[in-house]
Amino acid sequence: MTQAVRSQQQLHRLLNDFQHSFPVSATPYADMAAQMGITETELLAWLQALQDEGTISRIGAVFRPNRIGVSTLAAMAVPENKLAVIADLISSYPSVNHNYKREHHFNLWFVVTAENQNRLDAILQDMEQRAGLRVLTLPMEKDYHIDLGFPLQLVHRV
Amino acid sequence: MLNERQLITVLQHGLPLISRPYAAIAEQIGSTEQEVMEYITAMQARGDIKRFGVVVRHRNLGYQANAMVVWNIPDDRVDELGGCFGKFEFVNLSYRRPRRLPDWPYNLFCMIHGHDRDDVLRNLAQMIDSCHVGDMPHAILFSTHCYKQRGAVYIHDQINGNDHLTNKSDIA
Repeated sequence: MTQAVRSQQQLHRLLNDFQHSFPVSATPYADMAAQMGITETELLAWLQALQDEGTISRIGAVFRPNRIGVSTLAAMAVPENKLAVIADLISSYPSVNHNYKREHHFNLWFVVTAENQNRLDAILQDMEQRAGLRVLTLPMEKDYHIDLGFPLQLVHRV
Repeated sequence: MLNERQLITVLQHGLPLISRPYAAIAEQIGSTEQEVMEYITAMQARGDIKRFGVVVRHRNLGYQANAMVVWNIPDDRVDELGGCFGKFEFVNLSYRRPRRLPDWPYNLFCMIHGHDRDDVLRNLAQMIDSCHVGDMPHAILFSTHCYKQRGAVYIHDQINGNDHLTNKSDIA
């Protein structure tokens, strides 16, 4: 990577502003680059590097929950000595997009998405069978917060 | 004619990092660049896409700590308090979910981010103070390990295939 080191301000701009206002135009990266005062080539290389290092997961759409397909939060109480194996099993499902260990008796928390409820139920049942553990399913019933992205305070924090 | 299902299938994996990503997507699904852009704009306008842009991983940006704080709130006060929680900048979701008695008595969930554990706890204290929920039973579930995090995949390329036989996790 021979690209110039970007300023914190530019990184902040990239990650903050473009969580929402990514251009829907024929050449979105060129438009974005122009707004930031860099070239399209520089921006693409930068985004690729950020993606490779894991700072950004992708440029894409966050769909409204349960609008396109269905999803549920789910949890399992896994004995500590089986946690690594069960966690890997759960992560191996393409339908699982988040999978975390949390400090609680219910210590494995994950989100399962599927095209429809039948498919979702089948996946959850399959998980219970293969893990030999019960899955607690906690689907969202009401959303009190619209996700507007995450305000980042990379430079100064008061 | 643009096939919405195909477009979503492609979009959930993210835009390619090339000069004309919408043209590439159009080619993939047998549509036109113009049609793809119009459809994305329409999905944004009607709220099917609630955000379109750079999706960051907070953990890799110095937001190391996050706690899921779960509450057992009387049913007739969930809306009020869910709304109160959802107003804080450090809360990035506030959802009502079902109780699963006797194992799980909590019906309101919020996710609190912070630079570290103390930061999260300070944020929580501020929220408790401001929403007057000091007496409400709750539990704080800090995450201690992330096994997998990526965009939601609602539709799989092979719908009837054995979901678990193809591990396409993009997280090490």
